[in-house]
Amino acid sequence: MFPYPIEKQPILNRYRYRILLYLSIITWLLPLFAIMLISLRSLTDLNAGNYWGIPNEIHFFENYSEVFIRSPMARFFLNSLIITIPTTLITLLISSMSGFTLAIHKFRLNMIIFAAFIAGNFIPFQILLVPVRSITIQFGIYDTWFALIIFHIAFQSGFCTFFLRNFIKELPFELIEAARADGASEFFIYRKIVLPLMRPALAALGVLIFTFIWNDYFWALVLVQSDSVRPVTVGIQVLRGQWVASWNLIAAGSIVCALPPVIMFFILQKQFIRGLTFGAVKG
Amino acid sequence: MIKYISKNQIKLAPIFFLAPASCLFLLYVIYPIIDSIWVSFHSWNGMDRGLLGLSGDLKNWKWVGLDNYKELFFDDYEFPTLIINNIKWLILSLLVIPIGLGLAIFLNQNIKEMKFIKPLFFFPFVINLVVVGLIFSWFYLPKYGFLDLVFRSLGLEPIAFLAEESLATYAIIFAFFWPSIAYTMIIYLTGLTNVNREIVEAGRIDGAMGFKMFWYVILPQLKPATFIATVVTVVGALRSFDMVAIMTKGGPWGSSSVLAYKMYEEALFSYRMGYGSAIATILFIIMDIYIVWFLYRLFQNEKSEK
Repeated sequence: MFPYPIEKQPILNRYRYRILLYLSIITWLLPLFAIMLISLRSLTDLNAGNYWGIPNEIHFFENYSEVFIRSPMARFFLNSLIITIPTTLITLLISSMSGFTLAIHKFRLNMIIFAAFIAGNFIPFQILLVPVRSITIQFGIYDTWFALIIFHIAFQSGFCTFFLRNFIKELPFELIEAARADGASEFFIYRKIVLPLMRPALAALGVLIFTFIWNDYFWALVLVQSDSVRPVTVGIQVLRGQWVASWNLIAAGSIVCALPPVIMFFILQKQFIRGLTFGAVKG
Repeated sequence: MIKYISKNQIKLAPIFFLAPASCLFLLYVIYPIIDSIWVSFHSWNGMDRGLLGLSGDLKNWKWVGLDNYKELFFDDYEFPTLIINNIKWLILSLLVIPIGLGLAIFLNQNIKEMKFIKPLFFFPFVINLVVVGLIFSWFYLPKYGFLDLVFRSLGLEPIAFLAEESLATYAIIFAFFWPSIAYTMIIYLTGLTNVNREIVEAGRIDGAMGFKMFWYVILPQLKPATFIATVVTVVGALRSFDMVAIMTKGGPWGSSSVLAYKMYEEALFSYRMGYGSAIATILFIIMDIYIVWFLYRLFQNEKSEK
């Protein structure tokens, strides 16, 4: 264990450590406390210039309901869900297939295709911008949910294939050989043997991909433009332009917009971290 | 037919399993890269490429060879700023790695409340950058901002961080630190929990303490974590679009713009697709160095495992 365990140290050090720890977590989360407090402020507070102090009144219900009444926030939120959920599911499905075959089958292009999927993760989005926008317009899906859904599926399948292929590689190959000897078809092996074993990896990837897509800003900016399809990330940026001075409402909207991945993270923490740190231990 | 399929299953299976992902990937990732490079040798306003003008030649689409690149390197007065800003991003964001490592070591203790504290340290990473950018913009705001308040109460002259040409980029990078440190920290925490206890104990018996222990025993074992953290941080820094777009839109007067943001502006606001694509191609070439390095390491490992 490194560093030296604190519980084996003198009691004074233990207290010092705890104090330092609490001080640092408070400093670390300061930006969050600030935006939460702002989201509760009343207009009188803001007009009086009280942006960062203790609020005089708590306007929790007023502010949060006003965001939903006075702006298309509910619409943005729904759009984000409509885009994110099917994208996550379909990406997992098709990458589990490609990951499966890249891990199990030997064929000539295997390594090249695998390398292409990995390399795709690291390219700058800007090199895709012009052609992807043209393709989207040509398909007649510009400014619809599908524009974002299809693009995200295509792009994220690179990372997911990479992840799942390596996961399947770690499974005992004898399982598959045994099934083949019993006359199982390749599809049966995928569906009944490998897919159930992949469940933890799929859960880990699922939360990760959900977060990535929910938080996407660039493509939402480039592939859609009307309020009826915009996701929250761009939505909040638009509201910021309209409500320059109503900090309390912008803050409330931002919190709503940040919430789903945060909730997901706290519920599925273990999966999330497993997905993220994949490769950090052994790699 | 069915007989043929079931007989050659193992040979045909890859085609079936790979089809959906690779078709999409080909259409939305591979083809666009090639097309972007092709576009970068043209002057194009984004309209129909095949449309003929009055004189009978193509109206919207014209071959210009290397002109876009020449303009970018020699005539665009913003280019030096862009490159310098990209370098600033690249170098400063590397600081995230030792900071994240330090934080991970600080947090790698088994006290009972740690179970709740670790996730709290991590969760800035989950918050989207639009919100992170927003909070920090408010922090930096003159007159109303938090830092303004702090400076005043300390009796100092307040600074308008985002409105100051020489400071805007640093202010944005600093905001970007917050989620990035959270990320590297979690990578290192996982690395630390997997450090081989026996080697650490053996080191202790041999008298390795503190920094010596860290440098000779711990750090080598954290190599995979360092590798991943470096790659992700560098790629994140080169992508840096979101934070710039949200916090300054490249301003004041282009002083905080980066290649990624400039490309977006040229393509979507000035309708200069060719010029924008040339910028994107440069960015792509820079990133390729890292991609090649990453692939090389990965396949090296793959080989050594066999």
